[in-house]
Amino acid sequence: MNRRMKSNGALTGRMLLRAVGDSFRKLAPSTQWKNPVMFVVYIAAILTLVFYFSALKGASDTDPDFILAISLLLWFTVLFADFAEAIAEGRGKAQADSLRRAKRNILAHKLDRPDFEARSVDVDSERLILGDFVLVLAGEQVPADGDVVVGAASVDESAITGESAPVIREAGGDRSAVTGGTTVLSDRLVVRVSSMPGDSFLDRMIAMVEGASRQKTPNEIALQILLVALTIIFLVVCATLLPYSVFAVAQLGRGAWVSVTSLVALLVCLAPTTIGALLSSIGIAGMSRLNQANVLAMSGRAIEAAGDVDVLLLDKTGTITLGNRQATAFLPLDGVEERELADVAQLSSLADETPEGRSIVVLAKEEFNIRARTLGQSSIVFVPFTAQTRMSGVDIDGRRIRKGASEAVRRFVEEQGGAMDAQCQRIVESIARSGGTPLVVARDAEILGVIHLKDIVKHGVKERFEDLRKMGIKTIMITGDNPMTAAAIAAESGVDDFLAEATPESKLAMIREYQRKGHLVAMTGDGTNDAPALAQADVAVAMNTGTQAAKEAGNMVDLDSNPTKLIDIVRIGKQLLMTRGALTTFSIANDVSKYFAIIPPLFLGIYPALGALNVMGLHSPQSAILSAVIYNALIIVALIPLALKGVKYREVPAAVLLKRNLLLYGVGGLIAPFLAIKAIDLLLVAFGLA
Amino acid sequence: MTNLILQSVLFVVLVVLLAWPLGRYLWKVMEGRKTWTSGIFVPVERLVHRLARIDPEEEMDWKQYLAAVGIFSAVCFLAVFALQLLQNLLPLNPQGMSGLSWHLALNTAVSFVTNTNWQSYSGETTMSYLTQMLGLAVQNFVSAAVGLAVLFALIRGFTRASMKTIGNFWQDLVRGIVHILLPLSFVLAILLVSQGVVQNFGDYQQVSVLQPFVSNGTTIASQTLPMGPAASQIAIKQLGTNGGGFFGVNSAHPFENPTPFSNLLEMLSILLLPFACCFAFGYAVRQKRQGLALLAAMLVIFVACLAFALYFEQSAGNMEGKETRFGIVDSSLWAVTTTAASNGSVNAMHDSFTPLGGLVLLVLMQLGEVVGGGVGSGLYGMIAFALMAVFIAGLMVGRTPEYLGKKIEPWEMRMAVLVILGPTLTVLLGTALAAVYPGTSAALANTGAHGFSEILYAFSSAANNNGSAFAGLNANSVFYDVALAVSMLVGRFVPIAATLGIAGSLAGKKLVPVSAGTLSTNNLLFVGLLIFVVLILGALSFFPALALGPVAEQLSRIR
Repeated sequence: MNRRMKSNGALTGRMLLRAVGDSFRKLAPSTQWKNPVMFVVYIAAILTLVFYFSALKGASDTDPDFILAISLLLWFTVLFADFAEAIAEGRGKAQADSLRRAKRNILAHKLDRPDFEARSVDVDSERLILGDFVLVLAGEQVPADGDVVVGAASVDESAITGESAPVIREAGGDRSAVTGGTTVLSDRLVVRVSSMPGDSFLDRMIAMVEGASRQKTPNEIALQILLVALTIIFLVVCATLLPYSVFAVAQLGRGAWVSVTSLVALLVCLAPTTIGALLSSIGIAGMSRLNQANVLAMSGRAIEAAGDVDVLLLDKTGTITLGNRQATAFLPLDGVEERELADVAQLSSLADETPEGRSIVVLAKEEFNIRARTLGQSSIVFVPFTAQTRMSGVDIDGRRIRKGASEAVRRFVEEQGGAMDAQCQRIVESIARSGGTPLVVARDAEILGVIHLKDIVKHGVKERFEDLRKMGIKTIMITGDNPMTAAAIAAESGVDDFLAEATPESKLAMIREYQRKGHLVAMTGDGTNDAPALAQADVAVAMNTGTQAAKEAGNMVDLDSNPTKLIDIVRIGKQLLMTRGALTTFSIANDVSKYFAIIPPLFLGIYPALGALNVMGLHSPQSAILSAVIYNALIIVALIPLALKGVKYREVPAAVLLKRNLLLYGVGGLIAPFLAIKAIDLLLVAFGLA
Repeated sequence: MTNLILQSVLFVVLVVLLAWPLGRYLWKVMEGRKTWTSGIFVPVERLVHRLARIDPEEEMDWKQYLAAVGIFSAVCFLAVFALQLLQNLLPLNPQGMSGLSWHLALNTAVSFVTNTNWQSYSGETTMSYLTQMLGLAVQNFVSAAVGLAVLFALIRGFTRASMKTIGNFWQDLVRGIVHILLPLSFVLAILLVSQGVVQNFGDYQQVSVLQPFVSNGTTIASQTLPMGPAASQIAIKQLGTNGGGFFGVNSAHPFENPTPFSNLLEMLSILLLPFACCFAFGYAVRQKRQGLALLAAMLVIFVACLAFALYFEQSAGNMEGKETRFGIVDSSLWAVTTTAASNGSVNAMHDSFTPLGGLVLLVLMQLGEVVGGGVGSGLYGMIAFALMAVFIAGLMVGRTPEYLGKKIEPWEMRMAVLVILGPTLTVLLGTALAAVYPGTSAALANTGAHGFSEILYAFSSAANNNGSAFAGLNANSVFYDVALAVSMLVGRFVPIAATLGIAGSLAGKKLVPVSAGTLSTNNLLFVGLLIFVVLILGALSFFPALALGPVAEQLSRIR
């Protein structure tokens, strides 16, 4: 499988180069202003440069070379922060470039009514508006997002999903959505345009991966507030040190006022620059990781919400069990031949293209050698399955054959004066209890027997749900099965709860109920009837194979259309928040050592005794300050990989995670800079720089 | 040594044991539940409501609540201000005290309205009995009750869901005074009188000294003993974390604090209500452990500071500025207690503590008065820190942070940050202003690092509404009176406004149910984290200032 998103995941030399260029472009004040913490560093860098030039003219309170060194280091600090952001954006930009290639202007055959035979006018695809009908022929690109209204065709969607195998798109039903930029391989379609120019799926996708429409999330804003508050405190701490030193000098009559350059250096070291520099990269990288999982989020909020989700609604089929239930036995009622049941069951399933339907046909053929026959001679009407009737079947020569859920079939026979007897009930219950799905087969008012469909629980899901439980996430299986069948599968797969005989209404009601209790609910869906529930859920992942309505209602689209993806999405959301927390803790914990590095040299002239606080034994006042500033700049670069990759997440309870991260980033953040600053100081001395 | 540990442990255990039932009572009263005293106090409460035309059913949103606090405090300020200016024209002034200067009256009025009780004056030579009783003692009650009211408004933010209102300020105020502060003070005042604390309206007494002595060439044969209604005011001064002494030297004065037993009673009273608030919080949010966790964080910091202070004072054998009837242990214990709580009464001169002993007291105030702190205000300050801790820790477990089931979002963060920024910046900037103010040198008793500590102490005390003085700084001048008054106002009302802002927003939120993915806020890990956050924010903000004050002084001594 050729996955576009994944192939662009790795960093290439070209991307690095582009990021370096971007770092300089980001030096514009209008860009810097957006990050308050780094803006302070930016101003400090400019200020120290001014000090240097005035020092050259003789107006200075300290050594000009020292001022220049500090100024250069501050410029590097700013550039490193820009670089971190640029490199995070780089991946998205590369993805956007390749998406743009898919989006080019073509000529569309605009129709005046939805019919292959209608008159067509060729117009520029950019000028199509909502509600237009267009004809798309084999070999042509779909000019805009829309729903197929006439025809069926195989479509190559690799431009969007990276999946090269073609998919079928047809009028009506849940496979009617087509996306602009994809290519029709065979047959032809009439498509009703469902997006306005510039607002297509592809446009939004490009904007998302590029980060152009990225807005700060509430959590990011809250963290920013904390960081700005810390910066304000340190600004005042440093600014007030000047009058404090003036007072001390006046009182003691010795020493000199602290140099403003040193105070600026202290400010930059104390301000939470590490997290300030990496904050936006973390957000972009989170989005990027989601893209690499082939999921498109319509907003950054959705990813964060994913971290908070505590209720997962999972469709049974495809997520918990293997997609296909297999018919394994025909269980006739007394007085009915097994062969007769098999024959009727096969008849009712001939037009049933679902895997279950096909497995019935196959089982009848295997066990009784009943062949699928041609039914041209009689009057035949196939009755397809709907979510409301929950039955399918066939009307043949005036006889009505139905198979379906036991409740539905009971209603069907009762309407015609029949009844479901105790034996049938027993069979249904015993199948259900075993976790199988009973399909009751009826002919007019008579029930013939039951088909045993078996569900196969996917390997490893039980362990997965166990992990989710440890994370505090409740899993709920959604199924159309009856409660007993559902309970058996629920028990086998280890989900916490289930919703049996689910209808779109009951799903919606269930989500509302959980939300009323304060839970955050995530779900996946693909059909139009999922749309209300998707719109209600906090994290709603629409399958790319799904309908336009489902995609509109969801806040994420899974290009792989894999329902298990939800679990990965939750993990990515949590990782994003954890990375923010870890780096914030690290950044704040670092300040302790920086104080010990910088405070003694600042006041050595006034209170020589404060030299005792130089616990690291740094070489000289200047080397101490330089070492701290160098550490402060380098740590940004050193942590870029962590910001991009995210801190490690494991499915363990919150207390264990907290303990681990506190130890690593809190205690580590206290100790690491002591060692690093000392090492930098030794290097500076070794190279004769201080 | 054994005596030292025994006394300290006994004190801590005693105060916690007393605070527990009081906390339960406090919660019941403030929530309007029935208690064993309801029969007496509820009618009184109703009577006050009727007289003051309060409709207790009328619920307020946070802005209305804040407006009520503001209006009430402004009226109180004006009354106390006027009373001081005009006391020479008013009755109950046997010593014929004259009216105060405008700036001293301003400073004192702000000081008592903000529950700070910083005193730039000496009670027995400045204030008439009427000013003491009608002005200062009344403020001792109501300013503490305001703190309680704001705390319970915040608690309602946690306990209510999807609501706009956070209670009725007037009702909260009246309940705090009628059910809690008045009865407790009454009992304590009686106990104090039994120990010899004065309570009268008599003239100052002229007595002959036992052994006449010569000072500056004149023989001193008699002395004046100040009198007054002291016991009633001292009781609430201790209980309401006010701390403003009836006499100039506060509880070092034999008429304020005559015996070791009165000393113990007064110390217990300092921490009683702040700690009781923690228990009340636990009861109110229906999770006793949540209150215990906050109390545990306070106790750990308290005990650590106590240990340091005792060590520094005892190892130096420092009796300077301490009363012989209390000695080093009781003086240090009191000093740590009074700065941990934002009380500010003293029984020894903090200026004479060793540099590092004094540093402990400074730090306790600079942490934002959250180790006990003021009545109500200590706990809501601690909750602001808890929100910070929860925010950082919550992120580290991969969820957007929540505390007691309420999501912490930008608004709460902005407000919590204000609670902490207000006092912190005021201390730093006020000290800076004073450091370059030309009149400062003349106002200081000491030079160099110790002089700096004296300024830093004054602003730390004022901006955190503690009110204790390092002495050594003559603060009764236009500059200091006004600068410290501004500090006290910012330090009191910025956190109150922000706390009510949090309360209003939280009350409107849904409750998030607890799961295994929720960060637990009632275990030891969280207590440790909370302590870490409190200490690191305090340490990071004041490390340089402390380095230039007590640390430099201590290190220079070693040399």
